[in-house]
Amino acid sequence: MGLPCHRWLLVALLAVMATLALPATVQAQAAQPLHDARPLVFQDPAEEARFHALAAQLRCVQCQNQSLADSNAQIAQDLRREVLLLMQQGYDDARIKSFLVDRYGQFVLYQPPLQPGTWLLWGGPVLFLLAGAVLVAAIVRRRSRGVAAQPTAARAPTADAGDDW
Amino acid sequence: MSDPSPPRPARPLPPVAIVIGVLFFFGLLGLMLYGVMKSGDPQRDVLPSALIGRPAPAFALPVLHEPQMIVRSEELRGAPYLLNVWGSWCAACRQEHPVLTRFAESKRLRVVGYNWKDERADALHWLEQLGNPFMVVLSDPEGRTAIDWGVTAAPETFLVDGSGVVRWKYSGAMTQQVVDTQLLPALAKVEQAAAAADTTAASR
Repeated sequence: MGLPCHRWLLVALLAVMATLALPATVQAQAAQPLHDARPLVFQDPAEEARFHALAAQLRCVQCQNQSLADSNAQIAQDLRREVLLLMQQGYDDARIKSFLVDRYGQFVLYQPPLQPGTWLLWGGPVLFLLAGAVLVAAIVRRRSRGVAAQPTAARAPTADAGDDW
Repeated sequence: MSDPSPPRPARPLPPVAIVIGVLFFFGLLGLMLYGVMKSGDPQRDVLPSALIGRPAPAFALPVLHEPQMIVRSEELRGAPYLLNVWGSWCAACRQEHPVLTRFAESKRLRVVGYNWKDERADALHWLEQLGNPFMVVLSDPEGRTAIDWGVTAAPETFLVDGSGVVRWKYSGAMTQQVVDTQLLPALAKVEQAAAAADTTAASR
């Protein structure tokens, strides 16, 4: 008689789990009204590939460290749908990007364009590289000057001690 | 111990290096303090609206209470209005509601509601329950027009001047402080500009 008892326990447990899970799903639905659960329909694999490549270059405007492709925010779903619609209307990638930039600002682009506001962003690494090169050049020049000057005059008496390091 | 020269002759740091080091240290310290101060700001992630200073997008949307009636953006021209994007599913909108109601009751401005991605029945129920501060509520269940407005999340509030140019935007729930320190000054500026345009038009 032990087996049916276990089975009843299992049924009861499942029932409890189901009642716990039910409000969660209802809440999730309420939080996202008109949630269109259907995935986007692509006409062919080429379009799908282009869509995914484009969406990966666009940033989700709400959850700001995710791309449009990764994000599950409501607005990201809407924007994905819009991007696909624009693609199907014959917009090229550049026009789709400018469509979004017009509405949401430069922020939607993961790769910002080179313009007066972003030259420091793009040129910064080059500046640091140049600064490092100048620093290295200065150090090398000072050392070589020191080595050249020392044997002739100042370093002559303590030549042995100086060789230690 | 009696060796006259130490193993590593201590060369004094050049003053330039010290200055650069100190500047770096204080720069990092400043950056850190800025980050800490900014971390408590609910607006820290808000993007500047791309629409400020530009004409509000053209739209034609049905009225929530009378879906067969369509309101066009041109019909709202002539005087400034406030556009408040909300949804019955949006908790922050509920929080903002009393502030918005108080502002609407001051009759400074037409307050237009923008019901975004909502079920009509839910939206009507929400307004019935909390009160309707809006002159008219536009309904955009699909959210396509909201993309033109650059809406990312509800609530968002736009101030549009009489010529249809967006002058101010706030993302998130407005508080009374936001109304007093941001919205009212922005509105005063809009009204001044409109008055100045009127006087130049009259003198011409």
